[in-house]
Amino acid sequence: MADLPLVSLTALGAVLGLDAVSFPQAMLSRPIVAATLGGAVVGDAVSGLLAGAALEFVALETLPVGASRYPEWGSASVVAGALIGAYGEASPGSLSVSLFAAIATAWIGGWTMVQLRNANAAMARRLRPAINAGRPNAVVGLQFAGLFADFVRGGLLTILALLAFDPLMHAALGVWGANARYSRAVAIAVVASVASGAVWKLFRVTLGARWYLVAGLALGLLAMALL
Amino acid sequence: MTAPRRATPRGIAAYPAPTLPVVTRVQIALRLFMIQSAWNYELLLGNGVGFCIEPALRRLPGGKDGTAYREALARESQYFNAHPYLAAVAVGALARAELEGAQPARIERFRTALCGPLGSVGDRLVWAGWLPFCSLLALAAYGLGAGPGAVLLLFLGSYNVGHVALRAWGLSVGWRNGMRVAGSLATPVLREGPAHLARAAALLAGIALPLALGRAIGPGRAVLGGVVIIVAVMGALAARLPSWLQGWRLALGVLAIWIAYSLATYTVAR
Repeated sequence: MADLPLVSLTALGAVLGLDAVSFPQAMLSRPIVAATLGGAVVGDAVSGLLAGAALEFVALETLPVGASRYPEWGSASVVAGALIGAYGEASPGSLSVSLFAAIATAWIGGWTMVQLRNANAAMARRLRPAINAGRPNAVVGLQFAGLFADFVRGGLLTILALLAFDPLMHAALGVWGANARYSRAVAIAVVASVASGAVWKLFRVTLGARWYLVAGLALGLLAMALL
Repeated sequence: MTAPRRATPRGIAAYPAPTLPVVTRVQIALRLFMIQSAWNYELLLGNGVGFCIEPALRRLPGGKDGTAYREALARESQYFNAHPYLAAVAVGALARAELEGAQPARIERFRTALCGPLGSVGDRLVWAGWLPFCSLLALAAYGLGAGPGAVLLLFLGSYNVGHVALRAWGLSVGWRNGMRVAGSLATPVLREGPAHLARAAALLAGIALPLALGRAIGPGRAVLGGVVIIVAVMGALAARLPSWLQGWRLALGVLAIWIAYSLATYTVAR
């Protein structure tokens, strides 16, 4: 297994998990940031950025709208960045397995956020008489309790995911049979397909946006061919 | 002792014209970043609104021990829903309404009326406009070869300029206009901004996705060309997915199958 700095990664996962909803919603929890930072903690920010860009493709699809349930990308992307950074992006299968680990963790993270909201609701019910009486300690206390619980949630999710997926990744890469180049191409094709579907769904409702998309694609493909 | 509320023709100004010292404004502004910390399915943002307004309410007659403070805090901590950034408009406007001594029933009606517009405008402007735009900007920079530091700086810098400016504007316009804030929500930026932003983001999406794809795949025209065709076909199919089968679920399933295949290939080869 990789020699992961678990304490630093757990702290990072806790802070970035907190950013998703509770504080400060500065989008530090977006995959392109969180995975890069996760990679940087293990000493390979460039590999982390690769995983972050790939996960950002997927995250384009999920809008963090109010009460809806959506994957929690902050802690999950730290896991992806740390795993790919520890094993190296050149290692065949490392991108595929780290993306799988991140999306699975983000899914579980979404579920933990629902549980946290239920726990906050239970606490709010208990404090209802004090809140209705206008007691500042109840209002401020509820707010900080929610903040602390979310911090713990993000940290626990990160360390449990690392403890589960690090040995799995180690084992999988040891017996990875597919070609390194095709492995990377398949992983990127999967996430980019999600992104292209998401972009179409997101912008087709705006008058004229689809023509801007087509014009952009022409420019983008030309630039890709020239670079 | 609570200063008596005076009935006015419009039911608004009952206390002297309120002022908000810089320290109190800063306290409220900082608390706005935590407005969703206790988000839950009972009160939604409600407790957060009470939490943010609380420093202003200390200026009510009688101070923190007064009846006016407690009544106002209780009122402001009830159910509320809005986009977290644009909730700043509500916080500013409600703080002013409370300090002006507006009638409680009128404040409650005003509070309820704010929920819808502040939610839908914020979702379209930020979640469906500004966030994807900045995300695609970062992907374009990545595709053009930018390093980790530059990509992070570009994304966090651009996104948070808009983010912090929106919160600051919201608090300021809310406080300035109080219960007459509705007119400020008709500003062209909020009314037409989401559509312009969506068009700009669509253009950027077209540019960013192929560039980022090219860098992520690495050198080799044949593989890249094949991936572009696969992405175009699969993307068209992904756009037609039923809403319950979101793309990330599909990606998880396909990656699981791919990992199983790669492990099986090794076993067969041996």
